[in-house]
Amino acid sequence: MDAFTTLDGLVVPLDRANVDTDAIIPKQFLKSVKRSGFGPNLFDEWRYLDRGEPDQDSSGRPLNSDFVLNQPRYSGAEILIARDNFGCGSSREHAVWALLDYGIRVVIAPSFADIFYNNCFKNGVLPFVLAADEVDRIFKEIEANEGYRLQVDLAAQHVTLPSGETMRFEIDNFRKECLLQGLDEIGLSLQHADAVRNYETKRKQDAPWLFSS
Amino acid sequence: MLKNTLYDKLWNSHQVRTTAEGASVLYIDRHLVHEVTSPQAFEGLRIAGRKPWRVDSVLAVPDHNVPTTDRSVGISDPVARVQVETLDNNCVEFGLTEFKMDDPRQGIVHVVGPEAGATLPGMTVVCGDSHTSTHGALGALAFGIGTSEVEHVLATQCLIQQKSKNMLVRIDGQLRAGVSAKDMALAVIGEIGTAGGTGYAIEFGGEAVRALSIEGRMTLCNMTIEAGARAGMVAVDEKTIEYVRGRTYAPKGEQWEQAKAAWADLHSDDGAEFDRVVTLDGATIEPQVTWGTSPEMVLPVDGHVPRPEDEVDSVKRGNIERALTYMGLEGGQAITDIQLDKVFIGSCTNSRIEDLRDAAAVINGRKVAETINQALVVPGSGLVKRQAEAEGLDKLFIDAGFEWREPGCSMCLAMNADRLESGEHCASTSNRNFEGRQGQGGRTHLVSPAMAAAAAIAGHFVDVTKDNQGGV
Repeated sequence: MDAFTTLDGLVVPLDRANVDTDAIIPKQFLKSVKRSGFGPNLFDEWRYLDRGEPDQDSSGRPLNSDFVLNQPRYSGAEILIARDNFGCGSSREHAVWALLDYGIRVVIAPSFADIFYNNCFKNGVLPFVLAADEVDRIFKEIEANEGYRLQVDLAAQHVTLPSGETMRFEIDNFRKECLLQGLDEIGLSLQHADAVRNYETKRKQDAPWLFSS
Repeated sequence: MLKNTLYDKLWNSHQVRTTAEGASVLYIDRHLVHEVTSPQAFEGLRIAGRKPWRVDSVLAVPDHNVPTTDRSVGISDPVARVQVETLDNNCVEFGLTEFKMDDPRQGIVHVVGPEAGATLPGMTVVCGDSHTSTHGALGALAFGIGTSEVEHVLATQCLIQQKSKNMLVRIDGQLRAGVSAKDMALAVIGEIGTAGGTGYAIEFGGEAVRALSIEGRMTLCNMTIEAGARAGMVAVDEKTIEYVRGRTYAPKGEQWEQAKAAWADLHSDDGAEFDRVVTLDGATIEPQVTWGTSPEMVLPVDGHVPRPEDEVDSVKRGNIERALTYMGLEGGQAITDIQLDKVFIGSCTNSRIEDLRDAAAVINGRKVAETINQALVVPGSGLVKRQAEAEGLDKLFIDAGFEWREPGCSMCLAMNADRLESGEHCASTSNRNFEGRQGQGGRTHLVSPAMAAAAAIAGHFVDVTKDNQGGV
């Protein structure tokens, strides 16, 4: 996994609440057995006017010019900001793979669904929560200022606005360290292998039926 | 003495240790696997040269991509076929138990797990699927994970987790006839919202929950994720024990007695503290119907679709306007005036034998309305299908004009050929009414099996509690 430390990036505003993972990457693309190549189908049903199919070249498909990702001013955005409960619904990690493959490294919202939030950290994508009024303010500033960028600093846990003001965000230490260093979490967990074996030994005595199938 | 909630007890008994950063290493007893969220995890194991930690903890079953029509011809969609074959090959390579597509025990993973006794009280259960919360109905700690975590559990038998907060949803009183667990679930989501449970594990309690069968409790726990909580659960009681007894992977003999004794403690202690308590009166819950594109956009069947102009909050008003446009509805329209094109009875929420009996009882010899293009019944598993056929339910559905299909996720998420066409309204017993969920442009209304059956007959929504010709 790529480490995440700081990012100075263009921001794309997705002014919706309850953006679900079905919308982020529709079901037909989940048939892939790979982790890559989902970017062209990010928000497929909102982004294109036709129905997308797996393994199709999306470069010639008719675009929905009303959809924010298709507006030239947001081309190359690396930060996505949205409303409440972003990433709700299906646990599909393909949603994060699609965002990452498209080039999004930071997602900002007033709240996130738990599984999506968790999936981001496994892929070097930083999701963080700002208060609803802070998010609202950023939406308004983006609207008023083409080329609106934010500077995100994970170690300092803050985001700097073009005005120079900063907004602080919270993140738990374990996730922060893994992201800052791009750590392999499985490798980290295997450091606990002896403790796990000891747990299993004791558990086999207390609850043998859990090991008999 | 310290008073613990059920969630506290399940968490504490599976915590191997805490990390230096204050996270918990949580031991996983049961890992359920399906074809969509696992191929990249197995690939990760191969690349890193790792092996599954405990092969006997894994049970795999293909469900999302499988056709629900004649399976003797295999899977015609080549991309879907590769994914199902990839699961088969991975299970062989890593030595894992799989109920393959042609196995009579195959079905939706959340129906199959409890049915096989692979889900037991007191277990931690994970699956790369958000509806894993279903298994909490048996007094287990069960939650959905992403593919990276699927790989993590395969490789380490553990997850690094932060503990959630405790929420109690207590539903007192008795449900009226015709009102079911699905209506309870939707009423809870209507009450707390789709993000109301975010950061919590929810325990369902109260008289109306205790009165539910295990199947009903599964329906309720299944939709916990639609309220934002990864895990939902119900305390163990006599019904739980009776449900588990004798199932394939359930303990036998001396171990059964030992297990039963241990399971007796799987309830919240008297006086245990919850971070949040929500109470509903079961007697006032009416049959529910979703009108919008989020499960919280739900109303009693006698309600009217909201008018955007009545909403003062501009963000919420925008949500309502967008949902009405997508759904092709007018503000103020009566729910019972919504004309339907398709009916889907199935999914991990409502495809168990009790659900099919509920729907069949409502049909009671009547026919699907001529205006309905397609009405599907998709049993949750091969064993549910067999049971329903033994009871003659298949004939009843077929005589009424329903199609009787092979088990799988089917039109709940439309990964296979079962889907809505753009603009079609569907009365669906599934769990998500998101834009495009059941097919691009499709319009989903979430309801109970009884409500779906009544709607199939009428061609529009009706209040099943006032449907005098039904067998309810």
